[in-house]
Amino acid sequence: MNAAEHDEDLGRPYDHQLMRRLARYLRPYRGQVVLAGVITLAEAAIQLCFPYLLKEAIDLGIRHHDIEVLDRIALTYLAALVAAFGLGYLQSQILQRVGQGLMRDLRADLFAHLQRLPVAWFDKNPIGRVMTRVTNDVDQLNEMFTAGIDALFGDLFMLIGIVFAMSQLDVELLAVTFSVLPLIVLVTLLFRSRVRRAFRDVRTRLARLNAFLNENLSGMSTVQVLGRESRNFAQFDALDAEHRDAHLRVNNYHAIFFPALEWVSAIALSLIVWYGGRQVMWEGITLGILVAFIQYTQRFFRPISDLSEKYGILQQAMAASERLFALLDTPVDPASVDLTRPAPPALMRSGGMRIEFDGVWFAYEEPHWVLEDLSFVVEPGEKVALVGATGSGKTTLTSLVLRFHEPQRGVIRVDGRPLAEWDVEQLRRRVGLVLQDVFLFSGTVASNISLDDASIPRERVESATREVHADGFLARLPGGLDAPVLERGATLSAGQKQLVSFARALARDPDLLILDEATSSIDTHTERDIQQALQRLMRDRTSLVIAHRLSTIADVDRILVLHHGRLRESGTHPDLLSARGLYWRLHQLQVLGGRLALPGAPDPPATGAPA
Amino acid sequence: MCVACANLIALAQPQVLRHAVDDLYRGVTAEKLGRYALILFGIALGAGLFRFAMRKTLIAISRRLEYDLRNELFAHLQRLPVGWFQHRRTGELMSVATNDLAAVRMMLGPGVMYTVNTLTVGIVSIAFMLAISPRLTFWSLLPLPLVSVSVWYFGDRIHRRFEQVQEQFAGLSAFVQENLAGLRVVRAFANERHEIARFGTLNERYRDQNLDLIRTSGVFQPMLALFSGLGALIVIWVGGREVMTERITLGQFVAFTVYLAMLNWPMVALGWVINLFQRGSASFRRIADLLDTEPSIDSPSRPVRPERSAGELEFRGVTFTYPGADAPALRDVSFRVAAGRTVALVGRTGSGKSTVLALLPRLFDPAPGTVFLDGRDVRELDLGWLRGQLAIVPQDPFLFSATIRENIAYGVPEEASHAVQRVAEVARLDDDIRGFPDGYATRVGERGITLSGGQRQRTAIARALLRDAPVLLLDDCLSSVDTATEDAILHGLREEMRRRTTLIVAHRVSTVREADEILVFDTGAIVERGTHVDLLARGGAYAALHRAQQLEEEIAAS
Repeated sequence: MNAAEHDEDLGRPYDHQLMRRLARYLRPYRGQVVLAGVITLAEAAIQLCFPYLLKEAIDLGIRHHDIEVLDRIALTYLAALVAAFGLGYLQSQILQRVGQGLMRDLRADLFAHLQRLPVAWFDKNPIGRVMTRVTNDVDQLNEMFTAGIDALFGDLFMLIGIVFAMSQLDVELLAVTFSVLPLIVLVTLLFRSRVRRAFRDVRTRLARLNAFLNENLSGMSTVQVLGRESRNFAQFDALDAEHRDAHLRVNNYHAIFFPALEWVSAIALSLIVWYGGRQVMWEGITLGILVAFIQYTQRFFRPISDLSEKYGILQQAMAASERLFALLDTPVDPASVDLTRPAPPALMRSGGMRIEFDGVWFAYEEPHWVLEDLSFVVEPGEKVALVGATGSGKTTLTSLVLRFHEPQRGVIRVDGRPLAEWDVEQLRRRVGLVLQDVFLFSGTVASNISLDDASIPRERVESATREVHADGFLARLPGGLDAPVLERGATLSAGQKQLVSFARALARDPDLLILDEATSSIDTHTERDIQQALQRLMRDRTSLVIAHRLSTIADVDRILVLHHGRLRESGTHPDLLSARGLYWRLHQLQVLGGRLALPGAPDPPATGAPA
Repeated sequence: MCVACANLIALAQPQVLRHAVDDLYRGVTAEKLGRYALILFGIALGAGLFRFAMRKTLIAISRRLEYDLRNELFAHLQRLPVGWFQHRRTGELMSVATNDLAAVRMMLGPGVMYTVNTLTVGIVSIAFMLAISPRLTFWSLLPLPLVSVSVWYFGDRIHRRFEQVQEQFAGLSAFVQENLAGLRVVRAFANERHEIARFGTLNERYRDQNLDLIRTSGVFQPMLALFSGLGALIVIWVGGREVMTERITLGQFVAFTVYLAMLNWPMVALGWVINLFQRGSASFRRIADLLDTEPSIDSPSRPVRPERSAGELEFRGVTFTYPGADAPALRDVSFRVAAGRTVALVGRTGSGKSTVLALLPRLFDPAPGTVFLDGRDVRELDLGWLRGQLAIVPQDPFLFSATIRENIAYGVPEEASHAVQRVAEVARLDDDIRGFPDGYATRVGERGITLSGGQRQRTAIARALLRDAPVLLLDDCLSSVDTATEDAILHGLREEMRRRTTLIVAHRVSTVREADEILVFDTGAIVERGTHVDLLARGGAYAALHRAQQLEEEIAAS
């Protein structure tokens, strides 16, 4: 029920199916991954040389007082250092490059997928949470990839290599040193299961803490008005303390684990000195071997203490990828753009569109029907107004023409063909939509009109602004058409935004115009401009107008009156007025509504379907 | 202290090794070796104990500080006025409370721990090295200045590139955010392909910025390894000769290599710690800025805190402009509500009705000497007490993700929550709740998402009634309720309203007709006032509204 809980899920550290899907993303980079692996191996091998070279320096150079040998070994050491530097750099570059490429691919896939999800899906999934998927979760995957490869190739091979190198030096001493191995395993096992549980506590508690904080920030005025501050603080304090205690528990384990590892390593060291020292005395091994052993042992313990940290990263990334793939697996809208095919050619301008509703029933959530058994025809070039009280289904009707939603029963035909048989891209490109609440993107006025569509040349944008009389206010803006538009068009007035959206529709020269007319917050001067623009906009095309203004209604060819999702009346303005029916009453209401508030909307369905 | 002790003890290890090796070189007994081994283990034991103590104290302290700071932050945020929150995005505040706090914690915990670690290990091992051979120390530390220079050089560059990456990331996020917010436009204009192409460009650029960062930051670690390796090389090369010329013993030589190896990690950690401090201090500044924001609406220094209010309200020539707005939301509004009376506010959206209700609990502050409760300026009253006298039902109620019972009892102490069912009945919510699977224990989801708009409003009504405050403020609280339910609720409410002073904002004439006085608002001013009968007789805006609603009822019935 609480959607935030779903983000608390913790993935298993390893999931075969997830790994297979991730591997698919790696495929384009497999050459580079193999190369990075080889380089990592080579670098690990070189790292292994250093203790060996030290041993050679002691045994062959220093103890034999042979300066030449010492110089030669020093030179080799230098060469190995430089090689390790070069390989180390190369390895990190390749790995990160692959990781970045991987993230780019994943983000691109996610974004493309989002463009195809049903409109209704976004009503249930807040943008904030979707954003987290595309940004944070992808980042976590990258961390796993780079840290994971490093752990897999680097640390693992280093460990194997160290064992190999030590076995080459002296098998007996190796056996003695590694008699502590069961201790390591024991310590790690004891630690791992406990710290995993503690980490899980940390994460669930952090999620709870943040959810509480987020909710309180959003509902702050309610909190203050109801005087809940001190009680909420007590609740927050409790959550915060729980979170702190979970961390302290992790810290306790860490505080024991790391020194315990050091003790084990010290036991190994002591064993080397004690046992190896006797070997040196009996000339079983050289002093150099002893020193090299000490160094190898030290190098052996470092990666082990890293492992717990990497385990945590892995676990988080698995949870993240699970959420990512769940999003990618969300079925797309059957009416969405088919991105696997190239864009279909634009259809010829036909001068109008024939729209036919044939017994259409629609509900956002059955059985709350928004449209009931709706049938009507709009002929090409006809101007039709949709009229009805708030919640009568006008906007829903236009959403159906655009195929944002599918009707449960009945058929909608465009130019005689059922909607489902149309290529949705070709269809929508013939439609110009003007919404009541104009949405502007950040960019320029011009980019908002063309929507960066390269097939709309600059001249069309300019002529469109002239035709809707937007050139007047544009001339006063610094930069004119290229004036910057901030997020959601914050710098433009409502009327100006409306004119820009008219130009946006006109620049496409659509066969069908869908107009959800704005009602409020437009001053009388702009209102006149808009009325003129509207007349121009509706010429030579089929127009569906959700009418709020009487002046618009008076001018259309036909008026459809919707009431409770049913078509109740149809005819011209004078006809309907003289009939003194529903339209007449709505008209009276609008005359009065122009002076006072309009009535509120009835109860919408709980999931918040769009009006 | 613990860090220093741990390090001091750990640093004795190479000394033991040195003696062991020297003895080995000269010849030694098995017992002596055994003793060396034991000493080595003892040292590790001691150092480990101290390291344990170090983590237990330093890291634990940082967690406790984090906890305190987070609590302080939350307490402070609760005191900031509603207007302040309207100008900030919740996401931004969350980022301060999570990311910035984490960065500060990292600075205070691991940052401090590793700094102390680096310093003690560095100083002590260099001291020991100096004791063995100043000459060799000098040579082996030659690469050290290179390390500082590269930390400084690359640190700065990495920082700048990192900021560029962050900026690009913000741009990418903003693009996605806008695309999703403008989804319907994108779909309607079949603009998906262009959007995908534009996202592709930004995505590509973000990757390139990242690669740019990686090109620089990737050199850092291998370079530090190279420099420390150079130190080791010098020890072998120069130190080897020293042993041959018998200036130092082989044991000292071995001890030297171990000390140098111990210096490796602190050198690497140095860059990391510097980074932690940079981020931590920037984050701390942001947190401090927030904590330094004085709540502009607070109790006066000598607050008046009477017993229970009688509930007499007065607005005296109130003109109010929202911060940042051009035009005033209220112009010269004056009215008086005697205790126990009901006054209704009507008018179109944006005419100032809700502003009237927001000034009473001081969600926004009226000018001094303009808004009064029981004849006392609300600004002179104790803020908590003032709000305690008001029961408010907002237009868009906010429900918390808790049970419905907890939501209704949200504004009262636990001992007063026994009447939940009674108020739910008055608000006509009881029947709905009984239909829920868990009854009153049903959880309502984030923001009450599982309830309908009408159910949410009725929950808010019940919540306000439970407060049993002398003043009831109803802000268009029945807009999402159908007419029949509205009548039923009003019927129950009338009983409650008789015992209280009530301000009610409404659209429907049926809601307000029985009020003692009706105030008609237009663009922030009161344009008509009187009883239902008076106003109808006048034939003004209120009469028009009345006529419109009669029509509406006829339409709905048809």
